[in-house]
Amino acid sequence: MSAAPILEVSDLAVAFRTEEGVLQAVDDVGFDLRAGEFLAIVGESGSGKSVTALTLLGLTRGPNATISGTARFVGIDLASAGDDELRRLRGDRIAMVFQDPMSSLNPVHRVGDQIAEQIRAHTDASKEAAHERAVELLGSVGILNPAGRSRAFPHELSGGMRQRAMIAMALSLEPEILIADEPTTALDVTIQAQILDLLQELNERRGLSVVLITHDLGVVAEIADRVLVMYGGRVVEQGTLDEIFYDPQHPYTWGLLGSLTRLDRPRPKRLAQIPGSPPSLVAPPAGCHFRPRCPHAFGRCGEVPGLEPRAGAAGHLDRCWLTPEEKADKRQAGDRIAPTGSS
Amino acid sequence: MTVPLLEATDLVKHFPVHSGVLLRREVDRVRAVDGVSLTLGAGETLGLVGESGSGKSTLCRAILQLVEPGSGSVRFEGTEIVGLGRRELRPLRREMQMIFQDPIGSLNPRKRVGQIVGGPLKLHGVAEGAELRSRVRELLDLVGLSPEHYNRYPHEFSGGQRQRIGIARALALKPKLVIADEPVSALDVSIQAQILNLLEDLQDELSLSYLFVAHDIGVVRHVSDRIAVMHDGRIVEVGATDQVCERPSHPYTRELLAAVPVPDPRESRSREAARQ
Repeated sequence: MSAAPILEVSDLAVAFRTEEGVLQAVDDVGFDLRAGEFLAIVGESGSGKSVTALTLLGLTRGPNATISGTARFVGIDLASAGDDELRRLRGDRIAMVFQDPMSSLNPVHRVGDQIAEQIRAHTDASKEAAHERAVELLGSVGILNPAGRSRAFPHELSGGMRQRAMIAMALSLEPEILIADEPTTALDVTIQAQILDLLQELNERRGLSVVLITHDLGVVAEIADRVLVMYGGRVVEQGTLDEIFYDPQHPYTWGLLGSLTRLDRPRPKRLAQIPGSPPSLVAPPAGCHFRPRCPHAFGRCGEVPGLEPRAGAAGHLDRCWLTPEEKADKRQAGDRIAPTGSS
Repeated sequence: MTVPLLEATDLVKHFPVHSGVLLRREVDRVRAVDGVSLTLGAGETLGLVGESGSGKSTLCRAILQLVEPGSGSVRFEGTEIVGLGRRELRPLRREMQMIFQDPIGSLNPRKRVGQIVGGPLKLHGVAEGAELRSRVRELLDLVGLSPEHYNRYPHEFSGGQRQRIGIARALALKPKLVIADEPVSALDVSIQAQILNLLEDLQDELSLSYLFVAHDIGVVRHVSDRIAVMHDGRIVEVGATDQVCERPSHPYTRELLAAVPVPDPRESRSREAARQ
């Protein structure tokens, strides 16, 4: 796990000019992705998690977008690289899977043809070889009868099967990084479990580095190595899986954990909901963006807290003005997520 | 014995599959609901859980007579409602309301929130004019929206707020039965918790009965008194929530339970180790 980072993001900021004003979608985001690591980015709608991922692939560029900061991938800065250079990387070395496989696949082409086309666009494989490879890939992501399925149109496949086909396509050029943006959100829980198993297997067996973007901390617990929690365009906490689940430092992370309906605990009378709605990023609250929803907010929260490491744990960072003692106190009080000990 | 609020017996809804253009022959049937019986008591929450395609939504529609059941009976407070005409059903529609999954698709984008929530009141001739407006404001307040939202359009709201609008509309006619079809599965986890808490508060306040439909047994367990598990058009297991979740008797129920992620890394690591 001490491998060198293959992706180093720092000070990344993305703003869009909209009719209502400038929308700061991503604000001062930085993180490393080590080779072979499984990183989860967790946050709700509007937290900036998807915009961060899309920006890495150059997919947020446009006349109304302002992007600053750096994202170093094998010596190339993804934030400032030319469009041609990015096009060569995209799919080939960094691939992405989206939430809705139905609208990401072309409805009038057979699934196998779409995968073969992507292979041929990036390599000089013959038509036959590309097709053979497509069938092989469909088989490798757990699709039964891959030769038959490769001739199916997207609408002939179930939701879970379509997502597998998308993953097969993403893997077709053997990328080093796979970014999966809410890949299971539109799926049944049973199918979700299968897709997560597949991602985990790709990560463990092939050493693929994975960035999983999700709003559900429950999904993350089974597979991620490290977790980045985003809120209102900023990283509010980051740490290892155990640090986030057993020693969460930011009140927003406490709220996310408390919102989960858990099968492994007695049913609480009420869920520990986070009140209110996410902030407008056109006119965000001054200081900490979570302040209006935070039950522990106080005077100093009008200033933006820095992303500071916890004492004794350099990799566990959070963006909150509460002192460590206050955090421990307040978390105990309103929180049922206390560590379960060694059980 | 008291009469249950809702009692469905041997409910069947098959959809024919046709082949050919000129001579349309029925070649197969989709057995969406294939002999389902269930009861729901006053003030109770019955969870209905199953995967996509298990027939949950068709069952809800068949109960509300939004699709005509092929056979079987649905009794609401003891009255048989299968086979009733539109006019006879109308007064009963006030008592039975539905909340939908998609808070965008189920709200008319060209109507203001006040019109959407007040629609059922107007349609059923319950209130109009100033009284209608004040009722709508009460309803908005009840679901945690503010009266200033009255003149806004659905697109101006977040997903969770839109779901609150849908709930306010469903409650406008003071129904006894609310069927909630995947009411939180399109929402962020943090917003899911808000909506689940709201539904529980409203139940206490208005003594509602819920048929709560979802594919995630974790969510269903949180809200339900009893759970019915549906698979391929049939109920394969039904029982008290704790019994179904802790001592499931059907393999399909066990499969649904095992699929829910455990938000406890140590626990999932030991589960993983046990599997190998």
